[in-house]
Amino acid sequence: MNITEKIIARASNRNSVSPGDVVFANVDKLMIHDVSGPGVIKVFEEWSKKGIQLDKVWNADKIWIAEDHFVPSADRISAENISSLTKWAEKFGIKKHFKFGLGQYGICHTLSHEEALVLPGEFYVGGDSHTNTTGALGALAVGLGHTDIAYAMMHGRIWLKVPETILFKIIGKKPPHIMAKDIILKIISDIGTDGANYKTMEFAGNVVSQMSMEERLTLTNMTTEAGAKNGIIEPDAVTDEYIQQRTADSYKPILGDDPHYLEEYTYEIEKLEPLVAKPYSPQNGAAARELQTVEINKAYIGSCTGAKLEDLRQAAQILKGKKVKVRTEVLPAAQSIYIKAMKEGLIDIFMEAGAVVGPPTCGACCGAHMGILAKDDICISTTNRNFPGRMGHVESQTYLASPLVVAASAIKGKITDPRDVSN
Amino acid sequence: MKGTVHKYSRDNIDTDVILPGPYLKIHDHAELSKHAMEGIDIDFSNKVGKGDFILAGSNFGCGSSREHAPIALSHCGIGAVLAPSFARIFYRNCVDGGYLLPLEIEKSTLEQISDKDTLEIDLQNNQIHDMTNRKKFSIATFPPLIKKIIDAGGLMYYKE
Ligand code: SF4
Repeated sequence: MNITEKIIARASNRNSVSPGDVVFANVDKLMIHDVSGPGVIKVFEEWSKKGIQLDKVWNADKIWIAEDHFVPSADRISAENISSLTKWAEKFGIKKHFKFGLGQYGICHTLSHEEALVLPGEFYVGGDSHTNTTGALGALAVGLGHTDIAYAMMHGRIWLKVPETILFKIIGKKPPHIMAKDIILKIISDIGTDGANYKTMEFAGNVVSQMSMEERLTLTNMTTEAGAKNGIIEPDAVTDEYIQQRTADSYKPILGDDPHYLEEYTYEIEKLEPLVAKPYSPQNGAAARELQTVEINKAYIGSCTGAKLEDLRQAAQILKGKKVKVRTEVLPAAQSIYIKAMKEGLIDIFMEAGAVVGPPTCGACCGAHMGILAKDDICISTTNRNFPGRMGHVESQTYLASPLVVAASAIKGKITDPRDVSN
Repeated sequence: MKGTVHKYSRDNIDTDVILPGPYLKIHDHAELSKHAMEGIDIDFSNKVGKGDFILAGSNFGCGSSREHAPIALSHCGIGAVLAPSFARIFYRNCVDGGYLLPLEIEKSTLEQISDKDTLEIDLQNNQIHDMTNRKKFSIATFPPLIKKIIDAGGLMYYKE
């Protein structure tokens, strides 16, 4: 079995499982945020009208809550949603509630790793499609809708179909201007936005082994864009070190054992060019240099995909001592990352370059608030989706790229390969 | 099930199109339904009748996990979406929430059914009857667990 199958077998108390099996599996961790949380509360309200009452959640210590999409409260409705989360968490004794403006908080998928809320070998479900992100820790991390999350909250179990797995081996010598974002954009351009539908995307190879945890998280984050059920990387020394810096909790890593894969792809990345995904799909990858005539009027460095500490470091390396030519927004993905960036002097670099640095929030990534795009806006962004209307007006355009490409483009006012800006 | 079909043949109709992000903070079903399919057809909610269908290209519902998407469609009156394939979370949400049926069709069926045709769907025999052009098409059978959840009326009513 490969790692995903082994985790499902453990969670469903079976000796083995095979792709296609449908099982009910026990959940180890569960997350809701300020969009899915109120949705889940609504599901419970509807059920209670039909006589199904929630008296207590399956395990309050294994549930955690993030406030990320509409914080700071964008308007009255989002303020009500956020206050409903607090009441609800108190009612059911959920203590891990990361509140905006109260110490550590941030984007749900960032907290999952930054706070080591999920550990290797665990089965983790979240009320958000990019829950896949956390698979970089060697966990089975799956995104679900409100009803499924409500069910799991009540019973501590959920049904799963054991997915087929595609293995992506990333090998060769990684050029310094290439980031995990370029690699995953390349993969999605090749396999398409439904290329891994219902399947697992597992990553391996020397490039992945040498990657930092934060870079690995970019790979798994965007497996959602290929339709994958989950993305996963086997835990190793990098994983152990990352987790040990964040928690004293012990865990039992699960590794593949005589693994079987539906397909295997090998990517040799020595000659990979910095990529950009054109509107309106993450699968529209093209070399940044081919697009250097495209003028932009906004650059966005944010989200669970592209505002981790390493993303900010890379962007700062380009922006240091330069001025941005277009509106540029930087939103660190969590309070702890913001603090680290500040101590390293990155925030000074961004502000001196003329960018605005905002609070950790999903903000404009999902077109919620804080800098959404107008009809004619053309934005280059470190986020993960560029569907019509994703960041604002349906006719606005978003180009997806790595923090290096976004920072380089912000300086030039048009799409720019990071190799084409002088240091 | 009998109703009018609303056809949007493009592939990858995503959840930002079905129910745009700014409305995610809304949890009132009636209010959500006013914005259904706003990203592709601003008039959608006005032209849909109870029991109508959506016919669409492959990978319908890709993108986010928002259950707002099937809720908005079902509250508008949509009883089933017919497409060659669905994104996984959207599919689960439709079934587990008991909102509407995701029906998988052949790619060729997509071309042969026209916008505004009247369809009758026979779930017993896994068939679509296009009453307008008098053609019949097959739909994929549901896997056993999915069928049981649908018959129960949603995951909450399903007994393991
Ligand atoms: S930052 Fe964007 S992709 Fe990540 S959870 Fe928020 S809205 Fe979703």
